[in-house]
Formats: sequence, structure tokens, C-alpha cells
Amino acid sequence: MTNLFDAFRGTTPSLSGPLPDPSTDAGWSGDHPKRVGFFTDTSVCIGCKACEVACKEWNLVPDDGTDASDLYRLTGMSYDNTGDLGASSWRHVAFIEDVRPHGTATPAHGGQQTGFLPSGLPAVHGGNGHTPRDAATAPPGPEGSGAGTVDLLALLPDGGAHGQQTPDDERDVRWLMSSDVCKHCTHAGCLDVCPTGALFRTEFGTVVVQDDICNGCGYCVPSCPFGVIDVRESDGGAHKCTLCYDRLGEGLEPACAKACPTNSIQFGDLDELQAAADARLAELHGRGVHEARLYGRDPDDGVGGDGAFFLLLDEPEVYGMPPDPIVTTRDLPEMWRNAALTAVGLGAAVAAAFWKGGRR
Amino acid sequence: MTNRDAETSGTGERSRPAHDSSAQKPERFRGRGRGGNREQLQVPEAEFRSYYGRPIIKAPVWKNPDVPLYLFLGGMAATSAGLGALGGATGRPTLRRTGRLAAAAGAAGGTVFLVHDLHRPTRFLHMLRVFKPTSPLSVGTWILSPFATVAAAAAASEVTGLLPRAGKAASTVSAVIGPALGTYTAVLLSNTAVPTWHEAHRELPVVFAGSAAAAGGGMGLVGASVRDNLPAARLAVAGAAVELAAGEFMERKLGLLGDVYGKGRAGTLMKASKACLAAGAVGAVLGRKKRWSAALSGLALMAGSALTRFGVFDAGIASANDPAHIVVPQRERIRRRQATTEEGAAPPDRAFA
Repeated sequence: MTNLFDAFRGTTPSLSGPLPDPSTDAGWSGDHPKRVGFFTDTSVCIGCKACEVACKEWNLVPDDGTDASDLYRLTGMSYDNTGDLGASSWRHVAFIEDVRPHGTATPAHGGQQTGFLPSGLPAVHGGNGHTPRDAATAPPGPEGSGAGTVDLLALLPDGGAHGQQTPDDERDVRWLMSSDVCKHCTHAGCLDVCPTGALFRTEFGTVVVQDDICNGCGYCVPSCPFGVIDVRESDGGAHKCTLCYDRLGEGLEPACAKACPTNSIQFGDLDELQAAADARLAELHGRGVHEARLYGRDPDDGVGGDGAFFLLLDEPEVYGMPPDPIVTTRDLPEMWRNAALTAVGLGAAVAAAFWKGGRR
Repeated sequence: MTNRDAETSGTGERSRPAHDSSAQKPERFRGRGRGGNREQLQVPEAEFRSYYGRPIIKAPVWKNPDVPLYLFLGGMAATSAGLGALGGATGRPTLRRTGRLAAAAGAAGGTVFLVHDLHRPTRFLHMLRVFKPTSPLSVGTWILSPFATVAAAAAASEVTGLLPRAGKAASTVSAVIGPALGTYTAVLLSNTAVPTWHEAHRELPVVFAGSAAAAGGGMGLVGASVRDNLPAARLAVAGAAVELAAGEFMERKLGLLGDVYGKGRAGTLMKASKACLAAGAVGAVLGRKKRWSAALSGLALMAGSALTRFGVFDAGIASANDPAHIVVPQRERIRRRQATTEEGAAPPDRAFA
């Protein structure tokens, strides 16, 4: 939080843009530890939710208990009965059952997505064969040459089948699973707007709430572009992932990364994780998994890059993440300018209302 | 689509969306008027994908009516302080009295609502631990606290008749701080990830300033005598005009994000607000010289101002709960960026090849 007034004059980038060392920017002396983070490689996530459990156990996170009306709190969203990140869910595994007819090509990143169909439509035969598709290990079918399109008209007359009536062997199911978590942004909206100083930047470059300071004003909640932090009903405080600040201090890795059986959640120094992620992405692309992309890796993005970033196999919004998040305080200097000018105008209007009004 | 249902059912409250079976598949959700079956395969107006149609950002947990009422009371107090100070300086005792009392009452009431809005109200003093320009709530605390103090002092002097010079000084200081109190609340809302609030950050201060002028002027019309109420009437009418025009401009400029102002509870509130403001402004122009019609017009203007605050608040909740408000504009942003970067540059979707 140094140089705030400089930031308002636009001479430092500390409200947005790339920032190599957020801890020093927050006032830590130069000999603080290196910035740490998570690299969540969703291509090897098996949806076991060990991360969710380990997080709850270690951090004593209570029952999120907000869906009491639901039968056993089943959401009906595949195996996801957590729903979203929140005050009492600091890891959240998303499950997406991507069901398509055989032979539909993968919507390659940035390409046409003509192959996207709701589940239950009958299969199109004569595509590119019946190779099983596991995005992480097997290359998707060839694209273009008509194989990537589905003739809806041809499907309709003899179809009539819905949902489960289509035999399983005529459908391709691609499972997308991803363990979501607080992004520990380089420019964290929650931290910027916290009026009490309860949210702070740690020496590890992470963002943590001090529970004994938080007064539950709730300003951080709508200020997070990812919808991570929330106020817990039972105690009124705002809570989110701490990246296991207590464990970091003891040289331990966070509980979720420790518990992850496939190393989908990787913990480490952020620069090393970024190098590992770049290598993994190159490897997947080399194997034909063109839909793989990194999310939150780019220090030039709207939040200055994430401390916890991801390798995804589809667009971020499919996993419930914003495609192009921007920290709200990027525009704050302009907002203050606008408000100040308007305030001057308002004061002038009050004075003008007395103009030549007689009396005195 | 679940969020749309919640939105149109008009609760406006923040709620975990229900999971109806039609929202189960992460297919391409089709924009307007989803919720039915296959007939929506045609002509998607705003096509986007989402995770089971769930909201992406968290809607504010701020309490209703606490926060919208605070927005209204703060605005009313902001301009009342100015009317009180200048009313005193120009020999309008009833306007001075009304302005001073309304400023103090508005600031005190607003503070009570703000503290009650906290989820840990006993810790409200933690607001004063730090001063953070990056937090409009912190800045607002440091605007409201001195304002409430001097406004209360001016009101105390007015009621008791003691220390008139100190009362006048306090009144003057409150008049100087007032405009900041009336406009910072726009930054408070804009500086969030809520699309309808954030994208209106150029227009919202003007809307709120107009709303503050309408409320304070309306209060002056209610409380001041016919002999003294001309400045209040002028301010109120000007405020209502600015609020109506800027509000309309804001809704149009928001485009897709402005849809929340046209439907659900926010739509109803905004319509009611416009009716009240227009009626109040006409009444203030025509009926200022009769005590009862002046007061009635003032009440209508205050109601219009308050309804605007409730409408803007509800629109933000609805916007936050709508994944389309996040995905569609952000996709458009990516597309535009893609169009401006030349071929071969790094894809903007953060894919590092």
C-alpha cells in the first residue's frame, strides 16, 4: 500500500498492470520469501475432492450449510455438491459432463464451436471413428473437413431420443474437473477495498484475512472479480483461502496440495510453477490437446496475473470463472476524479440556488 | 437461468440460486428468455457459456434496506447542510433550521444504518484503524465521521440556541464537506466487480449528486416556510432534472448491462422514482408558494431520490447474479483486443503457446 498517492497520479502501476513483487509493493522489506502460489493442472484432476476435505480439516472450515432446503444438499450439478467457492468452501471442485455425439471435433481454442450440442442428441456416424477421447492423454479427432460439424436437420427426424435413451456407446463424454481456489491476485480487489486493513498481503505474496480485525462490512465480497471471498453467516466475518499461511510459516505446503493424489494441485514458488505450467502446456499441445490453455498465468491480464493459476481444457466460463477479469480498482483514480468534480458541481449548485434570491 | 428467475420474481435479495433441471448442462446457454426447451435453438441474441448458469461473482451481502437508506440519507444530509449554512447566511431562519436539523438527522441515521449493516457491528470502530484511498468505504468513513460531528454540533446549537457563532462555524464546515458525502457513495458502488455499477462509474456520481440535491431540496421544501423556500425549490428541481436525465443516459449507455433497470424490482423502483421526481419537480415549480403543496412536492422529491437509491441497489444485485453480465462483455472485450492485435501475437485468452 505504499505510494498510493503516486498511484493516483498514475506514476506507479500499483493498482493494475504487471507487478513483479507484490510483497515489496505492500511494504515488506526486500528480504521476504519468494512469492508462492498454486498451479492447478486440471488435465490430471480426477475429481476426488481430497483438496476440499483436506482444506476443511486443516483450516477448521465449518459446514457451508446454506442449502438446507435441498435434499441432502444435492445440487444436481454432476458430482459437484459444493456449488461454488465461499466463506466456508475454500476449495471447490467443478464437474462438467461434456456430452457429445461421436465424431464431433473438439472445439479448438478460438475456433468454431459447431460441435457443441446438448446431451441426448443421437450420434453422428461416419465422423472420425470411435476413438475414446481423454483430453489429457489422447489427441482429439481431426478438425475441419466437415468432421467438426453436426447436421442438425439430419439428426431430427429419426432421432426423438432424449437423454438417457441414447446408448452410451454412441456418445462421447468428456469429463472436465477442476479444483478452484482463491487466485491470490497480484492486484487483489478484496484487499484494495478492505476499509479496516483486515485483508493484507503476506510476505509470501498471498492475500489473507485477519479474522480478529474484519468487521464484516462485506465490501470485499462484490469486489472480487472471481466471486471467491464471502461473509460467513455464523460469525459475520469474511473468509477465504489463506494458502495455508500457518503451514507456509512452518515450511509446509498447503493442505490441499499435500492431499492431491495426482499432483493436479501443485504448490511452489510462483516463477517455478509458471515455468512448469508453460512446459506442461507445450507438452499437451504437442500431443494434440489444442484446447489446453493457461488461465491466470499472464502478468499482463486485468489483475496482474494470479498467484493461483490454472491449466484448463475449455473456456474459463465453462468452469464458472470470468473470461477476462479486471481488478475494479484499476478504474478507481478516474472514479475519484469524477466524484470530486461532481462534488464541486454539487456544491456550486447549492450556492447557485441562492443566487439573487433576495433576503438579507 | 436460475438467477434470471430469481431476478424476475422480484425478490432482489441475494440468494443461492436454485438448481432447476433445465440448467444442468454446460451447453451454450442462450441469452434472452431462456428457461424453456428446444425452441430456443434459434437466433441467440447473446450467446454465452457458463457453469450451470450460476453467478460468477458474489452479489453484495449488504443489507437491504440499510444500505440504500444510507445512500439516501447521506445524500439528503449532504445538500441539507449547504442549504442550512447558506440559509443562515442569507437570512432565512426556517431554511437554516431545517437544513441543520436534516443534515444532523441524516448523518446520524445513516451512521446507524451503516453500523447495523456490518456483520460484526460491535467492531464498527475498526473502520477508523486506517485511512485507505483505495477503499471508498474507508474514505467514506472519514468523510462521514467529521460531517456527522459538525452537523450534530450545528444542530445542537440550533436547537439550544447556545454558542451561535460556533454553530455557524460548524454549519459552514458541514456545508463544505457535504458535497463529498453526496457523491462518494457513487464510487462506493462503482468500485466493485458488479458490472452494472462498475461500468456506470462515469454517470453514477452525477445521478447520485442529482439525487442528493433532490432529497435535500425536497427536505427544504418540507421544512422551510414559503418565505424562505426558494433556494430549496430551485435546488430540488435542478437535482430532479439532473437525476432524471443522467439516470436515463446511464441506462442507455450501459447497453446490455442496463437491462436490469428495465425489469424486476429494480425496474419497478426506477419507474416509480421517475414518476415521483417528475411530479415533485412540477409541484415545486407550480406550488412552491403554498405551504401544503410545497411540502407535498418536497416529499415526492425525497421519495423519488430514495427510490432511485433502492433501484440502483437492486439493479446491482441482479447484475451480479447474472453470469451473462460477466461473460458477454468480457468475451466482447477479448474479441476487440484480438481484433486490434496483429496476427501471430499471443492470443489474449492467456494461452501461452
